[in-house]
Amino acid sequence: MTRTEEKFAALNAAGKKALIPYITGGDPKPEYTEALMHALVDAGADMIELGMPFSDPMADGPVIQKACERALASGASVQGILDIVEFFRKKDSTTPVILMGYLNPVEHMGYKTFAANAKKAGVDGVLLVDLPPEEADDVVPVFKESGIDTIFLIAPTTTAQRAAKIAAYASGYIYYVSVKGVTGSATLDVAEVGEKLSGLRKLTDVPLAVGFGIRDGASAAAVGQVADGVIVGSVLVNCIAEFAQEPEKIAPALQKHIKAMREAMDA
Amino acid sequence: MTKANTYAELLQLPDDKGHFGPYGGRFVSETLSHALEELENTYKKLSQDPDFQAEFDKDLAHYVGRPSPLYHAERWSRILGGAQIFLKREDLNHTGAHKINNTIGQALLAKYTGKPRVIAETGAGQHGVATATVAARLGLECEIFMGAEDVKRQSLNVYRMKLLGAKVTAVESGSKTLKDAMNEALRDWVTNVENTFYIIGTVAGPHPYPMLVRDFNSVIGREAREQSLTQNGRLPDALVACVGGGSNAMGLFYPFLQDEAVAMYGVEAGGDGIETGRHAAPLCVGEPGVLHGNRTYLMQDNDGQIVETHSVSAGLDYPGVGPEHAYLKDIGRVNYVAANDEEVLSAFRELTRIEGIMPALESSHALAYGRKLAQTMTPDQHIIINLSGRGDKDIHTVAGIDGITV
Ligand SMILES: Cc1ncc(COP(=O)(O)O)c(C=O)c1O
Repeated sequence: MTRTEEKFAALNAAGKKALIPYITGGDPKPEYTEALMHALVDAGADMIELGMPFSDPMADGPVIQKACERALASGASVQGILDIVEFFRKKDSTTPVILMGYLNPVEHMGYKTFAANAKKAGVDGVLLVDLPPEEADDVVPVFKESGIDTIFLIAPTTTAQRAAKIAAYASGYIYYVSVKGVTGSATLDVAEVGEKLSGLRKLTDVPLAVGFGIRDGASAAAVGQVADGVIVGSVLVNCIAEFAQEPEKIAPALQKHIKAMREAMDA
Repeated sequence: MTKANTYAELLQLPDDKGHFGPYGGRFVSETLSHALEELENTYKKLSQDPDFQAEFDKDLAHYVGRPSPLYHAERWSRILGGAQIFLKREDLNHTGAHKINNTIGQALLAKYTGKPRVIAETGAGQHGVATATVAARLGLECEIFMGAEDVKRQSLNVYRMKLLGAKVTAVESGSKTLKDAMNEALRDWVTNVENTFYIIGTVAGPHPYPMLVRDFNSVIGREAREQSLTQNGRLPDALVACVGGGSNAMGLFYPFLQDEAVAMYGVEAGGDGIETGRHAAPLCVGEPGVLHGNRTYLMQDNDGQIVETHSVSAGLDYPGVGPEHAYLKDIGRVNYVAANDEEVLSAFRELTRIEGIMPALESSHALAYGRKLAQTMTPDQHIIINLSGRGDKDIHTVAGIDGITV
């Protein structure tokens, strides 16, 4: 079993849902990220989505755009993010880490090199926002060979036909995007999401995690009722932005959010 | 396989997945995939539909004012002492550039698909103006995204768009130029995909845009080819066009791709000079990568981050280029070169003073290279330079360089 499968199995056995925070790697500075990851786990996170910053984050709203700008301005790079994961792994061998980003920096490093370096660092999965399954034939096998899951998105606009194709490709988990829009946009409709997810369940046994529009304990708990995992990003990245100049305050602020969501989800 | 054979196959591109060799494709987040599939199917159907084609042709004739002349710049040719220069006068189109050919086509697609709202990105503002124009005519809601830097540089066009009823949104992220405007337009589209048609302004973006924008602009090359034959009794020896995203160049080149004897030159923005690194010439010195939904040549750093570009002309200030150009470069069908800002301004002034035609700064890149090329050729040879737009919008910029406030 992979680390991700083990985690979902353990949660399942305990009757719990996965809480998956997203932060952008290197935001506000690369030297803070590893400690923030440990802080998230300590507060109750089950897995971590770590953003690889990109100069042109087309699928992100202003909050994560700014996070990318901060990270890049302080020297974040793809290899730098992999190094952060490698350090994280020295102290934490059980929490799955999924890298999330855009295709170009990974393609620029080369898929083989990236996969080998990511494996060595202890990365469990990669989600490339602008890599749809149609273009993934050259990428998925390379990642698979290194034991890295390729995580795909499914959106409200995804047709049944496409969803079947994506499900066939998926491993780790499937990321269901709850709303039409960019990260950090409107709140989601849980009933609608639940309906979509029950359709997807017929197609795959891969866990279904939901992101976009989750901002507090109540929305996390509500989504936890219908999904296997709850992904929360912009709310956390907002904390980082708020305390970018007082970095010692970031971890406590993140932990406050994570604890509230954990409690609400487990209640 | 003979060369002519290979060139004939170029006309069949892109393939089913929108690829031009290794370039192109559809690299978008999942939310947009379905909309792009729909657009592809709609376009496939309508491009075979005689009624749609007739409506497009009628609009080009009566609204845009086509065909645009192929003008022999006799005086300039004589002074240069080389090849005869012919200017394809896209500057005489309604709204002043080639951009309207494409917006007429895409607005018709919007109309057929029943979307009440259109959006567009714009650099120089020409595509924004052309989009606002067709939106006004069809009664569609219209929002234009424009880098904050370009809003300053092209204030005349900003006001034109507003007069036409469009909302102009200044984009403050990143380098505040065309690429950031495109990011923001894509973000808007993801959010409003149900009721919005995205009118992309160049042969870039995800499939099917590079194909359909090329097809709509190919009227330039079809006319130029026919005009060469009827006016001169022969095809030209060379074609020259500026390349930002590459729509005016693709429009001119495409109908000539099989004409082996016709050389082609795409002119990128050399900015302060290629050697300075301050330019917008991805085909000349960039590397392949993925941006804005397609694989193509990009200006990027060692970490695959997109870098800032520099050009005196807002319309060429873009770190990518249409994927079909990337392929035409690799197979050697088209030569890609650059003209720097200084050469461009000199060509701008020269055409204005010698022929009484004030070109857009974008088009002046083609003129700058065409001038050099002509001087290496003989008076019995012919060059067609695509005069993609008129220069009114750039008077502020040129006056500023001259130290004059107008
Ligand atoms: C007059 C003119 N020519 C050329 C361009 C560059 O675009 P493309 O390379 O797509 O023709 C622009 C873009 O704004 C323009 O306004």
